[in-house]
Amino acid sequence: MLGRFPALAGADLEVDTGEVVLLSGPNGAGKTTLLRLCAGLLALRAGEAEVLGVDLAVEPRRVRRAVALVGHETFCYDDLTVAENVRFVARSTGHTTADADGALEQVGLARVMNVAHGRLSQGQRRRLSLANALARKPLLLLLDEPHAGLDEHGREVLEEVVRAAPGAGCTVLLASHELDLARRLATREVRIVAGQVHPMPVAPAPTAPAAQAAPVEPELEART
Amino acid sequence: MTFLRDALLVAGKDLRIERRSRVALQQIVPFGGIVVMLFAFALDSDRTLLRQAAPGLFWAAVLLAVLLAVGRSFSIEEANRARDGLRLSGLDGGSIFLGKAAAVAVELFLLEVIVGAAVVVLYDVSIRGVVVLLCAAVAATLGLAATGTVYGVLAGGLRARETLVPLLVLPAVMPVMLGATRSFQAALDGTPGDAWPWVQLLIAFAVLAVTAGTVAFGPLLEEA
Repeated sequence: MLGRFPALAGADLEVDTGEVVLLSGPNGAGKTTLLRLCAGLLALRAGEAEVLGVDLAVEPRRVRRAVALVGHETFCYDDLTVAENVRFVARSTGHTTADADGALEQVGLARVMNVAHGRLSQGQRRRLSLANALARKPLLLLLDEPHAGLDEHGREVLEEVVRAAPGAGCTVLLASHELDLARRLATREVRIVAGQVHPMPVAPAPTAPAAQAAPVEPELEART
Repeated sequence: MTFLRDALLVAGKDLRIERRSRVALQQIVPFGGIVVMLFAFALDSDRTLLRQAAPGLFWAAVLLAVLLAVGRSFSIEEANRARDGLRLSGLDGGSIFLGKAAAVAVELFLLEVIVGAAVVVLYDVSIRGVVVLLCAAVAATLGLAATGTVYGVLAGGLRARETLVPLLVLPAVMPVMLGATRSFQAALDGTPGDAWPWVQLLIAFAVLAVTAGTVAFGPLLEEA
């Protein structure tokens, strides 16, 4: 519900392990709401949602430990350094400092690891969000407008991360308005309009290696 | 052990932020000192009254500083939606509560030492009954930090947070104000035996506040 209006009434989406699903649709359609719901940040008012085989209404904490959300905000502390922020995320999700430092290397932020979050540029903050997500070693990666604010190298890093995700057993849900870029990564596209999920008739270009993942039982299911 | 380790992780994060930003040292502690000084100016003509009222004035200053410390503790969670990051971490609500309350308590101890020194100098107070003073201060501080943290998260997501927290916290900590003032009064008067019932009240309040906070914080964090 957004105010008095149902945000995703009647939405029905199933995603298999290793898929990279692009969520497209106009502003206010419900893409961010769906991602926040899958992350366990929003409570269901009706219907049911199962993420990674776990009922969100019953065990939201278990779901949160296994997902990572790269959203419009970084979820970081301005007075902590880049390294301190990522290490806090890693340690609070049961991972190690080495995982955090590896994630910083992966997104190209190692050289600014001692800079406070509050002093980072917009693009660096987006990379830090991505590093936070990687440090958690998620099984489900939720990306909300991940290209926004990223320079060319940042976009390359993002593409590498998304392309590598299925090989690591990670499923990706990607909401974006930059459809040309996002379609290069996605194995499937669904369009969300006014809270309704519409499968797109034509599959995006199969450039992503996600299809190699063995078909398994549906892992993400959201019905509201 | 995981519970305590997570609490220490959160407390360490909050204290590191305070050490870096110096808000506690440069704003909250001076605020407590200014309150004590204002009372000294207001009652300067009557030194006897000032000495007699010293315990109450000291704890009134601490109580007002608690509001700032709690407000600060939760304002750092609002920037960049760090609160959502905490929720996404999957940390147990009880461990988050203990961590945040412990960080507030450490700041309050620091404040009490400095403001206490100011009271001794400005109000011409002789220190007696050190054991009683220490026991009462520790129990009162834990009670104040725990209660403030519970109400802090309750009001955390609201726009009227700054005005709502004092309205919620001040009435709830009246027993602490009463017990701490009476026990300090008895100790400074040289009758520490009269202080112990009040110290017991403070301990009971602290145990109740910490227990209730540990249980309630998780659901409050979700709802706020």
